[in-house]
Amino acid sequence: MNGGIDTGDTAWMLVATALVLLMTPALGLFYAGLVRSKNTLNTFMMSIAAIAVATVTWAAVGYSLAFDGSGDLVGGLGNAFMQGVDFSPHAGTAIPELVFFAFQATFCIITTALISGAVVERMRFGAFLVFAAVWSVVVYAVLAHWSFGGGWLFERGTLDFAGGVPVEMASGFSALAAALVVGARKDYGRQALLPHNAVYVLLGAGLLWFGWFGFNGGSGFSTGQNSVLAFTNTLLCPAATLVVWFALDLFRGRKVTAIGAATAIIVGCVLITPAGGYVSPGWAMLLGALGAVPSYLLIVWRTRTRVDETLDVLAAHGTAGFIGILFIGFFAQKAWNGVSDGLLYGNAGQLLDQVLADLAAPAYAFVTTFLLLKLIGAVMPLRATDKEEAGGMDVSQHGEEAYATGEGAILLLPEERLGVPVADPG
Amino acid sequence: MKLVIGIVRPEQANQVLEALHRAEVRGFSISRVQGHGGEMDRVETYRGTTVQMGLSEKVRFEVAVSDNFVDQTVQALCEGGRTGEVGDGKIFVLPLDHAVRIRTGDSDEGAVTPVSK
Repeated sequence: MNGGIDTGDTAWMLVATALVLLMTPALGLFYAGLVRSKNTLNTFMMSIAAIAVATVTWAAVGYSLAFDGSGDLVGGLGNAFMQGVDFSPHAGTAIPELVFFAFQATFCIITTALISGAVVERMRFGAFLVFAAVWSVVVYAVLAHWSFGGGWLFERGTLDFAGGVPVEMASGFSALAAALVVGARKDYGRQALLPHNAVYVLLGAGLLWFGWFGFNGGSGFSTGQNSVLAFTNTLLCPAATLVVWFALDLFRGRKVTAIGAATAIIVGCVLITPAGGYVSPGWAMLLGALGAVPSYLLIVWRTRTRVDETLDVLAAHGTAGFIGILFIGFFAQKAWNGVSDGLLYGNAGQLLDQVLADLAAPAYAFVTTFLLLKLIGAVMPLRATDKEEAGGMDVSQHGEEAYATGEGAILLLPEERLGVPVADPG
Repeated sequence: MKLVIGIVRPEQANQVLEALHRAEVRGFSISRVQGHGGEMDRVETYRGTTVQMGLSEKVRFEVAVSDNFVDQTVQALCEGGRTGEVGDGKIFVLPLDHAVRIRTGDSDEGAVTPVSK
């Protein structure tokens, strides 16, 4: 111990922060594999953009609005521009405020990146940057305050270990709103739009799972019992989800699918996110098994609708986060978490606190995101033109291709660049 | 018998498939090709290296048909492939000397007429 800092806790949190940051490029890879090859880079870049934009907004005001003070709805500006974020321990932990800040920043980043799944293959990159900047503050920071930073859910005693409210439900229900405002891809419902690289999808899911050990295992901000419980539950719960997903695939299509398995890994990790440090390993496996079913059914049903919530962020994150939060209300066990019991162990009040979070978070995320995108859409176009969409977002938004062969590429010397693009139409 | 070759935009390939299906043209093969047909070149930059991409991705349809299917096939390729912008592609119709269906040994007209069952 040195000035209230625990070196073991701090060492683990430094590693956990890096693990969580890895999740965002992993998500980019996962998403890139799920889209058509002409949109690979644009899809990946939306996740990279979240790292860029959300880190800056987090340092400027996001962190302060989430963690400064105990206002019911939103925090203060006392830590704006990282004032007072230094080596002294963060309240209630034995890690420096700087580490706590960085760890929480990586949560804001991945949550912002998650929403891109709803709008890939047609949203303008510039419009997404603006959206990511504002969303990371007005939706993420606010919900993080409610759940983690001393807001009204936190004060009531709603249990949310690693972000069922600000990460999973916020991204899932915001994704639905974004898909509705931005609108469907022009080929949606008319052509089969297939994942172009299932290996990226599996590798991305695998790296996300790896990073999730930092996400959940770090959310106790220590190497204490809750952290250890959450860490191991992050292995158990997604494994149970995978097994049930295999069974559902077998039942429905007689074959176990790879893209389904990748999806199941994400769903399982999301399910255990809010509950990780609060339920026993046995109940964590039950959560993984039961929670697979609603997400699976929603994905099957959604693709038959006109709603092009392209990469099913609502089903994977919104729904699974909702179930995870609710599950705590029944199965939390003081003997394991040292904090509170659920209904099964005689504490019905906990269930009420969980239900309130399940009602308020989706409503706030959906409505705010809907209005925010309408507002941005009034100032600038949200979508690429039909022609840009048809030719692919990689070339139209970034001037690059994911799989450029170099054949037919003519090197332009600096003095020649002004004259192009022109070609002799004769 | 003719061999109809249609070179179209990749993003129109699906519409061409649908148009061919509507025209009841059942046998064809496709391949991905790169070509240049006078369209505006794209300029791309990779770490400071700026290049002008002279070749565009295209999809090449090859359809072997009996003489009375030529017009429908050409029309389907046009209908499905057209966007009105430079770069929609070209159609070539070539005479075809001989065709054999490998499974049955049927030749010529018999080989390019779809099996009806």
